[in-house]
Amino acid sequence: MSVPRHWRENVKRYRLLGSKCKSCGKLHYPERTVCPQCKSRDLETFQFSGNGKIYSFTIVWSPPEGYEFCKPYAAALIELDEGEIVTAQLTDCDLEKLEIGMPVEPVVRKLFAYGESGIIVYGYKFRPILPKLK
Amino acid sequence: MEEVAIIGVGCTHVGEPWHKSLRNIAVESTWAAMDDANINQVDALVIGNMSSGNFNDQESLGSLISDYAGLGNISAFKVEGACGSGGAAFNAGVMAVASGYHDTVCVTGIEKMTDVVGDSATKILANASDREYEAIHGISFVGLNAMIMRRYMHDYNVKREDLCAFPVNSHKNAVHNKYAMFRKEIKLESVINSPMVADPMTLMECAPICDGSASLILTTKEKAKEYTDTPIIVKGSSVKVDTIGVHDRKTVTSMKATIAAASDAYRQSGLSSADIDTLELHDAFSIMGAIGLEDLGFAERGKGASMAAEGQIAIGGKLPCCTFGGLKARGHPVGATGVYQLAELCWNLRGDGKVEAENGMAQNIGGTGSTVSVTILGRD
Repeated sequence: MSVPRHWRENVKRYRLLGSKCKSCGKLHYPERTVCPQCKSRDLETFQFSGNGKIYSFTIVWSPPEGYEFCKPYAAALIELDEGEIVTAQLTDCDLEKLEIGMPVEPVVRKLFAYGESGIIVYGYKFRPILPKLK
Repeated sequence: MEEVAIIGVGCTHVGEPWHKSLRNIAVESTWAAMDDANINQVDALVIGNMSSGNFNDQESLGSLISDYAGLGNISAFKVEGACGSGGAAFNAGVMAVASGYHDTVCVTGIEKMTDVVGDSATKILANASDREYEAIHGISFVGLNAMIMRRYMHDYNVKREDLCAFPVNSHKNAVHNKYAMFRKEIKLESVINSPMVADPMTLMECAPICDGSASLILTTKEKAKEYTDTPIIVKGSSVKVDTIGVHDRKTVTSMKATIAAASDAYRQSGLSSADIDTLELHDAFSIMGAIGLEDLGFAERGKGASMAAEGQIAIGGKLPCCTFGGLKARGHPVGATGVYQLAELCWNLRGDGKVEAENGMAQNIGGTGSTVSVTILGRD
């Protein structure tokens, strides 16, 4: 895998930047250049809050090549507060206690490393929302 | 537009033939189908294949397979739609004959998956999803289906045990299929207690990684009479797509592409679900069987699993499904699967199978429902 392939996605992956259709208001993550709802090509960057809840999840016991280092791990469909769904891993969580509807927040973590020099690809994962400091 | 008929059927044994290459098995099924049709040349060859570039470091399959099959300078190319490549290739073949562009077309679905080891195959299969926004998170293809399964169980209050009836049915039906990978019955308890691949999906709810090639010979209904007394008529053939990512669907527990392709195929054929006597369901995962029955109009929402648990999909039941073992037990050589399904429908419709049928349907899914073909075949 080439470096530019991941580099060009970095900001979107670190900050959950998607798009908003200026014509019909539909939000998209990942970012799009054509709105599938109204076909408008007039879109702007949209910053998602990142907070959401688990829509569904799985625990991966048989990972694809390159992800063995964190097995077993949970992956989920996260329904963001804005209504869009994002696919991501869950982290910092008890695999036994996950459930649909659980509130989660995003963190930037190592997704995987590749090549002889072990270039690290970072991106978002989600974790159960930590209790606020008093 | 010409009506299209299938006049030849051929396939290889599904399994792990270490001693045979991609070109070996593709040529084997191509000639098996031409022998069955009693011809030695076609005008065009359409290849259904998902990922020869990754599994075998080989592209240009139209040329490779025509070349090694000895077919000379014909029209030949590959059609890709992930695990739905076979069904999509068939649709391309049907369009070529229906339009009058070619007289005889061979459709060959081929996948040689065992040239790579297990975790590499898992990575390659995940290419059927969105690499940048699904697969990059380490979510295997089984994992994506497991999330669909958990949401389905949650929304419809369905138990895992009910979904496990799909693999049990498929294994039972594979016993009589000499081309099947797993020709033995399995117990419901074995499925329930098999190891987790991606919770809540167990190993025995997932179709195996394997090799296989299947071929069909198509010509016009008019010309078919010159070749065979039992042509099988293509009554409906449709391929539709949906979003690449599961996360972009309003509901994850049904597949819009299946609904759209089925509606199109029913319209073309003038038939309804009540006219379908047997169904080749894309049971790559138990959950896909349940959702398929619902999207194709055979079960109400949330009732697909109980239809299987009650034995309605068994041979002798209301709607015999996966009568030659389905993806789970015949095997799922991804790009070949859609063509195997149609070969099996042809055997049933010719009277060479286990089911008495006038009309049969096949559903072939690529990705998590991203590319779906629905085909209706019937007797002349």
